[in-house]
Amino acid sequence: MPSVSLKVNGKSVTREVEGRTLLVQLLRDHLGLTGTHVGCDTSQCGACVVHVDGQSIKSCTMLAVQANGLEVTTIEGLAAADGTLHPMQAAFREHHGLQCGYCTPGMVMSAVDLAKSHEHLDEKTVREGLEGNICRCTGYHNIVKAVLAGAEAMRSQPAQAAAE
Amino acid sequence: MSNSHANAPANATGIGASVKRREDFRFLTGQGTYTDDINRPNQTHAYILRSPHAHARINGIDTAAALEAPGVVAIFTGKDIAADKVNGLPCGWLIHSKDGSPMVEPPHPPLVLDKVVHVGDQVAVIIAETCEQAKDAAELIMVDYDELPAVTTSPEALKDGAPLVHDQAAGNLCYDWHLGDKVATDAAFAKAAHVTKLDLINNRLVPNAMEPRAAIGEFDRATGDYTLWTTSQNPHVIRLLMGAFVLGIPEHKLRVIAPDVGGGFGSKIYHYAEEAIVTWASRKIGRPIKWVAERSESFVSDAHGRDHVTHAELALDADGKFLGLRVQTLANMGAYLSTFAPSIPTYLYATLLAGQYTTPAIYAEVKAVFTHTVPVDAYRGAGRPEACYLIERIVENAARELGIDKTELRRRNFIPPSAMPYDTPVALQYDCGLFEKNLDQALALIDYQGFPARKAEAKARGKLRGIGLASYIEACGIAPSNVAGALGARAGLYESGEVRFHPTGSVTVFTGSHSHGQSHETTFAQLVSDRFGIPIENVEIVHGDTSKVPFGMGTYGSRSLAVGGSAISKAMDKVVNKAKKIAAHMLEAAETDIVFEQGKFTVAGTDRSLTIGDVALSAYVPHNFPLDELEPGLDEQAFYDPKNFTYPNGTQIAEVEIDPETGVVRIEKFVAVDDFGRVINPMVVEGQVHGGIVQGIGQALMENCVYDPQTGQLLTGSYMDYCMPRADDVPSFIVQYHEDAPCTHNPLGVKGCGEAGAIGGSATVMNAVVDALADLGIQHLDMPATPLRVWRAIQDASVSLAAE
Repeated sequence: MPSVSLKVNGKSVTREVEGRTLLVQLLRDHLGLTGTHVGCDTSQCGACVVHVDGQSIKSCTMLAVQANGLEVTTIEGLAAADGTLHPMQAAFREHHGLQCGYCTPGMVMSAVDLAKSHEHLDEKTVREGLEGNICRCTGYHNIVKAVLAGAEAMRSQPAQAAAE
Repeated sequence: MSNSHANAPANATGIGASVKRREDFRFLTGQGTYTDDINRPNQTHAYILRSPHAHARINGIDTAAALEAPGVVAIFTGKDIAADKVNGLPCGWLIHSKDGSPMVEPPHPPLVLDKVVHVGDQVAVIIAETCEQAKDAAELIMVDYDELPAVTTSPEALKDGAPLVHDQAAGNLCYDWHLGDKVATDAAFAKAAHVTKLDLINNRLVPNAMEPRAAIGEFDRATGDYTLWTTSQNPHVIRLLMGAFVLGIPEHKLRVIAPDVGGGFGSKIYHYAEEAIVTWASRKIGRPIKWVAERSESFVSDAHGRDHVTHAELALDADGKFLGLRVQTLANMGAYLSTFAPSIPTYLYATLLAGQYTTPAIYAEVKAVFTHTVPVDAYRGAGRPEACYLIERIVENAARELGIDKTELRRRNFIPPSAMPYDTPVALQYDCGLFEKNLDQALALIDYQGFPARKAEAKARGKLRGIGLASYIEACGIAPSNVAGALGARAGLYESGEVRFHPTGSVTVFTGSHSHGQSHETTFAQLVSDRFGIPIENVEIVHGDTSKVPFGMGTYGSRSLAVGGSAISKAMDKVVNKAKKIAAHMLEAAETDIVFEQGKFTVAGTDRSLTIGDVALSAYVPHNFPLDELEPGLDEQAFYDPKNFTYPNGTQIAEVEIDPETGVVRIEKFVAVDDFGRVINPMVVEGQVHGGIVQGIGQALMENCVYDPQTGQLLTGSYMDYCMPRADDVPSFIVQYHEDAPCTHNPLGVKGCGEAGAIGGSATVMNAVVDALADLGIQHLDMPATPLRVWRAIQDASVSLAAE
């Protein structure tokens, strides 16, 4: 079986995996990082979004071996070591941007990338930017509020936002 | 009037405070524990081989090659299930037809024996060391099918000569039921000045909770105990249904755990085959078995929702007063009866056909029909969205036909507060409701008066603007056991709550309700913090485990707070009563002189008092208790069975704009004013409304479950084909509520808020869409109003207008 070496949440790991193993399976089944979820089988729902070399990707669209030598951040690696939430996580809590919590890890990881890659976010940009993440609980209203507030907080608290 | 309390709540974590959620930290940091996150020692993985055909006879299943495949531990088929005398999945509600005969209940085997009746029907289970190995081996199984003709819609299934789903269900009819007074309704129509008629389809939906269903079965040879982890809204109900009816395992040998559950919306109420399969097979192979649905499997194995075909007629007098309503509905049950399926198009639908109106005579006929499709059961709202859609669509069409403003027509027919409690002609008694107030508040929010100007402005831009509303009412807090029992329920529908004080003053609450997004860990703790005057941090809410919680009926029908919360409230009453006895002993006073306020027991008229924490400590360190009259401990349990349903109600208004060039409908504004009785956590309530509204919008504009009528193949079996609402499909909302009509018959005054958005949402949007198209002569459009459907309607109308 092929071997894959990568950095996950700052730690170097090496695992032997089947060639067909997806990155999300490596994270969940081999590394026990079950915060990254699987909500569909067509790369539509976005529950599995993680950051690879700082960019959000759906970890069900990438083979584990393709992540060889890359740096992956999952939802488990977003908060500070002392448990202090990343500003985006804190904003989701503050604005009730989650209910059942299943889409939440992917939603937060997408939102962090969205905030980083835009100078200025407005409601329309956020709604379009989250098009690849499906939530069935919140109706998106509070997610949009949370992402706008989280992005603002990331700008004003750069130290914490850089924790990842 | 809106979402602000006259006074801020006295307790910052008590009733009425928007307490931030206690469950959020674990969910936001990836530390939730959903069923698929659990792995048991020595665990195996199951894959279910499903029928690729809608209807076929099975001549044989050859598993020989698959059994030799790498990693395969076992393969079981319907023959193994039958040999072990495993029973079919039971149905929890018995409906009788007009003629008194019981509904037809065909067997629903966990694995089929010789015939499949829908795409996705369970044919075999492959158990292997890894999920991939099980899936690979499934490819090697040869099933010899004789394909048979299939039927997917109720009207087709009822036709002479239609393929039969079950031999014992002649004509594919499950039941032919009715409710209301036919004679009185016919008389009302005979004297009507005007009759509005409407044919409509309430489209089939797939609930699509974001967490796919999953189950882990484990058998402990040492003790003979079974454990099932499952994605359920009601673990005790699963224990009862699976244990008693399917597998024959007594309650004390079967533990069912529903850990964090990623949304349900009804689809996780039911007892599913996979739960029974992994539990049963775990004993056969002596190892734990995990099964997780892929999304494409969810589409063909989770119970679907809605799917009604209806003809309705509304009789009005010359002043626009409703005289009578006549309804004929065909309800598609799918291929088998899911757990609560028969009750949805009957007692959760026809009983709501009075809506908010004084319509004196109503007669509804409902035929439930088997087809070669996935079973249909409750989906958010369950029957009540179908009722609301029918009533609010026909009322709005009647207003247009009579030239009466749609708000005025509703006002003329609203049940006034002075008529409460109000007995409807369809078997319910509404306890309270301020329908005109909801309407007025919603109209003000959307600036109804300013709509004509906005419509004119849109027209100048070439756009069609419409406004539509729905004034909904629902029967929630399901349900009074005596009523439900009289109507055919095979179970009671109370809830249990246990409130346990620990020696140092912290509290654990055990509730039979289940949270899969509803925020019980926060809102239920608010009830306790409020009542006992203790910090919310000192309260823990436990749910979802039959070995911890005494009993439970679970969460559906907006019942958690109204029934589950009331059970906790009742248990807290018992705690206070017991604690008063202890305080009286400690303070050497008469029990009748002890007052409990803000967490303190005081001897009336003195400054002698004890905190509830002091009392709790004494309860567990009873060194000088008079033991013949005072038991140690402070731990009380209560069961609460509601006296009546609760009746959340409100008005939603949507304003839409349609681009006639593309048929695209955009929702420009959406307001909702709701009456949920007393509100425990405004933030959580608003979130529930937002989510419900988007499910309503989804049905109205995007979502549609489509079967190929010839082959019975599901054409919308993935997120590539089934259009889920996404963030850029919907607007932000203006959501308000008032607390001016608290529920009159439960201790908290609460009504429930989980389904409201979904109940009014689709009617609201479709009324707005039809309003936008009304000038073209369009009277009705079936859901979903997709760009194609709207564009075609505009083209057809333009052609017919030009021809005139």
